[in-house]
Amino acid sequence: MTRDLIVVGCGIVGASIALAAQRAGLRTELVEAAFPGTGVSAAGMGHLVVLDGAELALSARSLELWRELLEREPGLSEYRRTGTLWVAENGTELAALARSQDRLRAAGVPSELRDAAGLAREEPALASDLAGGLLLAGDGIVYPPKAVHQILSCALALGARIRTGQRATALTGDGVVLEGNLRLSGEVVIATGPSGPELLPELPLVPRKGHLVITEATASPPRHQIVEAGYTRGLHAPDGLSVAMNVQPRPTGQLLIGSSRESGLSDSEVSPEVLAAMLGRVLRFLPGLGRLSALRTWTGLRPATPDGLPYIGRVPGRRGVWAALGHEGLGITTAPATAELLVDGILGRKSILDPAPYDPARCLG
Amino acid sequence: MVDGFDLVIVGAGPAGLEAARSASRAGRKVAVIDDNPRPGGQIWRHDPTGRAARPLRRLLSDLQSHEATRLFPGHRLVAFESGPTLVLESATGAQRIRGECLLLATGARELFLPFPGWTLPGIYGAGGLQALAKGGWPVAGRRVVLAGSGPLLLASAATLLRHGARIEGILEQAPTTDLLGFLALLPRWPLQTLAALALLRRLFRVPYWRGSWVTEARGREGLQEIVITDGRRESVLPCELLGTGYGLVPNIEAANLLGCELTAGPHPAVRVGSRGETSRPGLYAAGEITGIGGAGRARLQGALAGAAAVGDRRQADRLLGRSRHAEAYGRHLARHFRLGEPVRHLARPETILCRCEEVPLARIAEIPGDDSRSLRLLTRIGMGPCQGRICLHALAETRPEPFLPDWLTRPRPPLFPARLETLAGPERGPLP
Repeated sequence: MTRDLIVVGCGIVGASIALAAQRAGLRTELVEAAFPGTGVSAAGMGHLVVLDGAELALSARSLELWRELLEREPGLSEYRRTGTLWVAENGTELAALARSQDRLRAAGVPSELRDAAGLAREEPALASDLAGGLLLAGDGIVYPPKAVHQILSCALALGARIRTGQRATALTGDGVVLEGNLRLSGEVVIATGPSGPELLPELPLVPRKGHLVITEATASPPRHQIVEAGYTRGLHAPDGLSVAMNVQPRPTGQLLIGSSRESGLSDSEVSPEVLAAMLGRVLRFLPGLGRLSALRTWTGLRPATPDGLPYIGRVPGRRGVWAALGHEGLGITTAPATAELLVDGILGRKSILDPAPYDPARCLG
Repeated sequence: MVDGFDLVIVGAGPAGLEAARSASRAGRKVAVIDDNPRPGGQIWRHDPTGRAARPLRRLLSDLQSHEATRLFPGHRLVAFESGPTLVLESATGAQRIRGECLLLATGARELFLPFPGWTLPGIYGAGGLQALAKGGWPVAGRRVVLAGSGPLLLASAATLLRHGARIEGILEQAPTTDLLGFLALLPRWPLQTLAALALLRRLFRVPYWRGSWVTEARGREGLQEIVITDGRRESVLPCELLGTGYGLVPNIEAANLLGCELTAGPHPAVRVGSRGETSRPGLYAAGEITGIGGAGRARLQGALAGAAAVGDRRQADRLLGRSRHAEAYGRHLARHFRLGEPVRHLARPETILCRCEEVPLARIAEIPGDDSRSLRLLTRIGMGPCQGRICLHALAETRPEPFLPDWLTRPRPPLFPARLETLAGPERGPLP
């Protein structure tokens, strides 16, 4: 069977690519080994965030695309524009946030700096000894399983097709083979998250495990997603464990709490020690939450590349094979811009973003 | 951290307390933790209007004579840390406790099968209503119906009657032929026979409808009437309170989190050897957590497993024969109170299945496939404070095909909602 494009993996990235491709007139078929949105996507926080750093351009463009999609029907993905409040523990961190504000401004992303008193006005529940913060009012949150389904439904409505419960076992040179020896031919995009190396062993990818906690509903939840400025330190620490306070108010009044990063672990066990370290960090910033009860905890695996940037583009040395992998912890945010870049690449169109930083060739020997 | 116990027992019901007595008699240092304010579990739940059950009084006085035995009532096990260390939560704070061996006697909870109107105020679990009455909740003069399946309906009715309720009737879904089969062989278990006779004597005026069940509950702000059927004719019965329960399901969550092997099926039990040993070394289980069989079986299993856990082989071997016989009673019970097909399919599309997240049956039917994880993610069934303890078992009963729920294959802490400061641990110093 022949289609213009076969997208392997229907998480947030695969679904977004199918939608962008179908919009561009490519007849698309999604192949999902399990069920849509139940892998890495489901485990994530669903924080739509412009992140200062190497992925600034990608995340800023993504937020534009997300708002375009979500603000028409915000209910479907439980979208809310909460903004992100980055919180500085001391003067050094606040100075770093100020420099971050300059780079955001240059990228056209508005943000507002807050001193200690301003921070307390934004979120009175924060500890009183903090230095200040940076507010990105354009950021938001979604419920990832529903976001995947909203995007998938849009793609299916435009004529995309999906096969669920079918694993792609091999690349053939002009398509893929599925379990049961069914062959599909066409250009192929691999968007299988941490399982990427099963089909593309040449692209280095390591899982970085993370823990999350959801609490019971609280009468006075914070208004913003609150993240400590030190969070980005963990992004750049490739080994060992790092934890940071990251608290998201859900529309139900519950709090979704992260975050932890552990490289090289691929199990799904919840570690009490990691939970303790992570929650200790949360109580340092939000000391009033101690008596609030946690309902559930879980873990997820972020697929990480050696340089922290995703692979978006043609896979060198293979005919008609494209990669959309390695989005680490930012896949929900960066899925729409990833899809745009990739489909532009397939069609040979010039893209709004420069594709060079994401070219998979950079990590091949 | 409280340390240095030879055996830590979770659950102070018949199995847990018998286990504690066995281990104490062998001269060991034992801790018993339980989330209720007083020991006794569900079956011997404290009732201020009557004296404590005689076996409970005996057990507690025996335990009191052993100084090395410590009871931790009002402490709920919420998580494990490496060791395994047990993380306990009480009304005031958190506690960590560790022992050489662990014995789980966490009992069972009721199985609910949803029907239209089952979420109305005035409808409780049959055992839940019994517990409320024992706790002093006023039932005197109120019209009560008990419906579902199993001997718990009778025990609950007897308690409610003693507290002055007007029992309008007991509806047992099992047909008369099954009940006769149950009674015919019951004399093989003299203790259970005596208990049954005592219940029947107290309930002889109460109508007991076999092969009957509730199809709907109605009322404006609270329960006013129920629709009942024997499968042929429906009729309406006015009542103020309904206690419902379709048997019991083992509380396996703690054992599952520790990786103990479970039996198959949607309401699994912990798989144990003849001495209560689980698949994990140093970890024992006894009572309803290993399969539903009543208090008599639970006591024997507890006594045996408690002895085995502290290495008292003589005592354990002495109890083996009687324990096997009690085991057979559990199978006898299950065979004759098995659930018929109609009571599994009473819910209508608008009937709420998951009360915590308010998920109706129709929402579940919308999700294609039988993947329990996507079902949970998209409908949020089982994601509330009860963590699926009620709805996911009800859901499994409504499914024609075997349904392996992902909450069984991927257990995670906390076992019950736990305060963030509890999980953050004791190392964190006082905050500025």
